[in-house]
Amino acid sequence: MKFNHILPSRAWLAWLLLVLCLGANAASTAELRAGVFDPPRAAPDFSLKSSNGSELKLSRYRGKVVALGFGYTHCPGVCPTTLAYLAEARKRLAAAGDNFQVVYVTVDPERDNQEQLKTFLASFDPSFVGGTGTPEQLAAVRKAYGITLSDKIFVETLPKSTYFLDHSSFIYLIDRTGQLRAMLPFGVSADDMEHDVRVLLAK
Amino acid sequence: MSKTVLILLSIAVLAVPAWAAFAPIRSETRELVYEIPKGTFARRQAGEKFDLIPAEIRLTIGVQDVLVMKNHDDVPHLFGPVLIMPDQSFRLPFRKASSYLFTCPLHTSGLLTIVVDPEPELGWMRLRWRTSAAAQFAAAL
Repeated sequence: MKFNHILPSRAWLAWLLLVLCLGANAASTAELRAGVFDPPRAAPDFSLKSSNGSELKLSRYRGKVVALGFGYTHCPGVCPTTLAYLAEARKRLAAAGDNFQVVYVTVDPERDNQEQLKTFLASFDPSFVGGTGTPEQLAAVRKAYGITLSDKIFVETLPKSTYFLDHSSFIYLIDRTGQLRAMLPFGVSADDMEHDVRVLLAK
Repeated sequence: MSKTVLILLSIAVLAVPAWAAFAPIRSETRELVYEIPKGTFARRQAGEKFDLIPAEIRLTIGVQDVLVMKNHDDVPHLFGPVLIMPDQSFRLPFRKASSYLFTCPLHTSGLLTIVVDPEPELGWMRLRWRTSAAAQFAAAL
């Protein structure tokens, strides 16, 4: 009986803590720094050849937050920059990085075979996975994600075998349940990437 | 004119620019919203050529720095950099002043430039920004 009068205040404190925790979680979820889709849609699944030699199915990564990007290994600027930021973000995530997967799909199947992709991606982070396939397979994946791609761009002063491609340079963020949640425009810092991945991992 | 009126007028003349230069900028919303109306795809299929959005969009950090794109059409649309499904919206906040260039099939030029200006700093920059905003408002009347 002596403690009865303090029980209501403890219960009230517990409720207050619960409300504060829920409120904090809701606020952080709403504050992704990336561009956000509302409502989110299911990320279109695809089946390509993985840079590891196996089949690359996006749905295989359910339970992880996926950063999905499109590019090519001969890219002079955009792709190396983006991948370097993603590698830095994964490093900063530390242990939580185990639940973060980078998937990079080539837009240049002519030059990006499995080995080429594997070597290129490993130079940023060995956990990064690449995807390649036939031009038709890759075109279907790009269409599903609204990725634009130019024709080959040749430079007069360079050999005929050298060409560049202009392609969508953003990164999609897919949550643990396979929902396409957000888009990170090119140039977003590793700090912002880490922030948004943590927000999605917390869900 | 009495001395008091002169003093009051002088204060007012000084107070207005001072307010414009130092008062915080408040806006009802920081979002700039563009919408794809229903029937857009059908109109384009019929051969109609039109721009839904200007070739250049200007935003200002801290004032209007969130671009919102809504698709009310029956088919998915590439709006700026992203594919937006029917009845889906995409909200893109900007945190860094810069110039962003995106491909945009909705635009006849195929390109969309988003210029994000820095937040007007206290003092002269803010006064200039407010003067410019007031001029634009007056021109629109």
